[in-house]
Amino acid sequence: MHLKLSKNTEKDMSKNTELISKSLEKRHRSEKRFRFFGILGIGTAVIFLITILSSIFVEGKGAFKSTFIQLEINFDQEIIDPNKTNNPEEFKFANYKLLINDALKNYFPEVKDRKTFRDLSVFISSAAEQNLMKLAMENIEIIGESKKIWLLASSTIDVIHKNPQMENFLEEDRLINNIQMSWFNALKKNGDIKFGLNTNFLSNADSTEPEQAGILGSMLGSFFTLLVTLLLCFPVAVASGVFLEELAPKNKFTDFIEININNLAAVPSIIFGLLGLAIFLNVMHLPRSAPIVGGMVLALMTLPTIIISTRASLKAVPPSIREAAIGLGATKFQAVTHHVIPQSMPGILTGTIIGMSQALGESAPLLMIGMVAFIVDIPGSLTDSATVLPVQIYLWKSTAARGFVELTAAGIMVLLTFLVIMNSVAVFVRQKFEKKW
Amino acid sequence: MGFWSFLIIFCFLSFYIHWYGTTKALKINEDITKGSKLPSLPSYYGTYSLLWLLLPSSIILICWFFFKPYIIDIFLKESIPLSLVDNFKGNPSMLMDTIKATNPEKIFPGTNPLIIDSAAYYQTLTTNSDSYVFLLVLVVGLISSLVSLRKVSTFFRARQAVEKANINLLIFCSVIAIITTIGIVFSLIFEAVRFFERVPFFDFLFGLAWSPQTAIREDQIASQGSFGAIPIFTGTLLITLVAMAVAIPVGLLSAIYLAEYARPTVRKTFKPILEILAGVPTVVYGFFAAITVGPFLKDFVSSLGLSMASESALAAGGVMGIMIIPFISSLSDDVITSVPTSLRDGSYAMGATKSETIKKVILPAALPGIVGAILLAISRAIGETMIVVMAAGIAANLTANPLEAVTTVTVQIVTLLVGDQEFDSAKTLAAFALGITLFFVTLLLNLYALKIVQKYRERYE
Repeated sequence: MHLKLSKNTEKDMSKNTELISKSLEKRHRSEKRFRFFGILGIGTAVIFLITILSSIFVEGKGAFKSTFIQLEINFDQEIIDPNKTNNPEEFKFANYKLLINDALKNYFPEVKDRKTFRDLSVFISSAAEQNLMKLAMENIEIIGESKKIWLLASSTIDVIHKNPQMENFLEEDRLINNIQMSWFNALKKNGDIKFGLNTNFLSNADSTEPEQAGILGSMLGSFFTLLVTLLLCFPVAVASGVFLEELAPKNKFTDFIEININNLAAVPSIIFGLLGLAIFLNVMHLPRSAPIVGGMVLALMTLPTIIISTRASLKAVPPSIREAAIGLGATKFQAVTHHVIPQSMPGILTGTIIGMSQALGESAPLLMIGMVAFIVDIPGSLTDSATVLPVQIYLWKSTAARGFVELTAAGIMVLLTFLVIMNSVAVFVRQKFEKKW
Repeated sequence: MGFWSFLIIFCFLSFYIHWYGTTKALKINEDITKGSKLPSLPSYYGTYSLLWLLLPSSIILICWFFFKPYIIDIFLKESIPLSLVDNFKGNPSMLMDTIKATNPEKIFPGTNPLIIDSAAYYQTLTTNSDSYVFLLVLVVGLISSLVSLRKVSTFFRARQAVEKANINLLIFCSVIAIITTIGIVFSLIFEAVRFFERVPFFDFLFGLAWSPQTAIREDQIASQGSFGAIPIFTGTLLITLVAMAVAIPVGLLSAIYLAEYARPTVRKTFKPILEILAGVPTVVYGFFAAITVGPFLKDFVSSLGLSMASESALAAGGVMGIMIIPFISSLSDDVITSVPTSLRDGSYAMGATKSETIKKVILPAALPGIVGAILLAISRAIGETMIVVMAAGIAANLTANPLEAVTTVTVQIVTLLVGDQEFDSAKTLAAFALGITLFFVTLLLNLYALKIVQKYRERYE
């Protein structure tokens, strides 16, 4: 009986084993498949990231160089200084466009009629006139002489120069017509066209001409805005983090504050913009487009981030520190201010830097309070009209001119550089100063 | 008195008051004839009088900062000569604006000389009033701190007073979060109510046509403007759906792989890389969607023989999905790793493979948390602004086809408010009605999601 059963079981077992080993193969295949899907998920995300960064680099790398055209300029005294005063201040009123036009006419003597010449005169940027004026004012002896000078080319020529394949495009897709293309090729053959460093990009504010537009104005706007944000947000956030984590009694009121902070952290940023518009601008009549209002709006938006990270780093300080201080006769408030806060400062600072980098990249609420205006002047104070880096990027993206595409991408590169710097500082502070208990 | 000289004098005064209070306390302590010493450390007496300097001055300064325009208006109104008010065509508030806009140094020929006088008065008022306020702050602060110094005696416990004041200050800072929420709710409700006075509530909520172009001037020929928000809501929903279709599979699979399969070193490298996606500013995504993804998708779709709008919901939603990936992956990762090991061990002991354990044990256990994460991500997607402003359309289209251009709530808020100064038209007020809808929808989603996640945490703790 016993033997029989065991024999049967053995038979069953071998049958089962066969079944199991058969199904195992299938199960292991599905296991591998599942694992592969996981890798696929991460791979997709990483590929997205690489695509975004590389497409921006590809679009934007050209913005750091610009095209220059060499022309023989005759510094005609009749034009620059008709009254023969030899006073550089008088030179400001001269028409330097005439000098450029004469030089262009000399270079292309075949251009005779007005209409064709208009096509030629668009080659040179209007910024070149300013440069000639500066040159004449600084070197008086140049008056009356002829000199070969590299002049900034207009954005259209710059685009053609940077994309040589455009020569083969149809005339209507190419930005310039066939005659202009032949002039361009003539300049190229004579070696009178070259790339140079785009100094305007890092030293100018916005402009209607792509070759003259720069990012310095919005960089300073961002700086002023973030300054206001930091000054308002940091003390308030640390104070409220300390209160909620260390000193608050456990009651309904404290719970209500906590719920509020958690919700504010998830409110869409544009809502803060509406708040700023309705209260700061329409009720309080603070100036539109000013960094001070932008900073206030961003401070309200960043507040929850810094409060939450302050609380986390206060929580990381072990209770023994507080108990030791209280045991030596300190009050609760003294224990917190003299011991717990200094210990958690690296964590608080890290959280603050991360909050600031969020504020630096934020643009939606600033659109609401008018920091989206076209501003040519570099802002000098908290109440000047200004725009910020991400909004400048948005403005350039919305502009139709072809030359602004690479400026937009270059602006993004500048913005990302600042973000990388801020986040590396945050990581450095965390690793260097944060205590592991 | 300029701002900087005021600041320097004020700092100097603060140091002096603190030092003076402390020395006064030290002197009392040294005086042995009195028998008893002060109950608190001497520096607390200095801090106490410093607080009495800071408190009144900061109250005055904050009030001045917020109410300066109103106070100046009152003074200006009193100074305007009656003859000017009578002669001015238009309402009195226009007169005030004209005076403020006039620069007395660069006047147009033919400007009323009375207006120029008032403008000059206004200019001196704005520049001089700051100096008077700064002077007032210094005087009031000095008096109140000197008065508080008289309290220094053996009967006065300065530490308790200072700590109480400091805790009240901390409470005030914490209450700012509540004030902000109240400010948001009231400013939105106030403007939205003004909107609903012009457009019936149900026409807004259930109307099928959205074209907010109202006439700016009375005599202008333009459409009356219709404010039915359904096409906007469906557009938002469509873009959110596309975003979720990208973000949920990628985010969830990454989270599962990182939490369950990846070795610690792989996890340590790839988790921060995924989080970079969350740190990239949204304008960058907007640019990427508009310049790279949009044209690429358009070429691809037209090569299949279909037509596609250049500002399609697919491009905007897809790129928004990329932005959302890290929200889903890091939240789900937290949720999956907090499933107790005993559940895994039990499943392995029964002979299940890793993928079977994940599919049949871990994911069902973690489901509430994952749903919470997805809800939070949806609320993110609904409120996201820059990507859709740069890559989605402006015209309200009632469609479910992701190849067409649709608009979203946030795009409409931006287009209605940017550049438009007229604040009484239904057009600008509509932005606030949309804003309050957005606020409440995201608020409900967040509250519900946080509640789910909280409950889930409690279950395994």
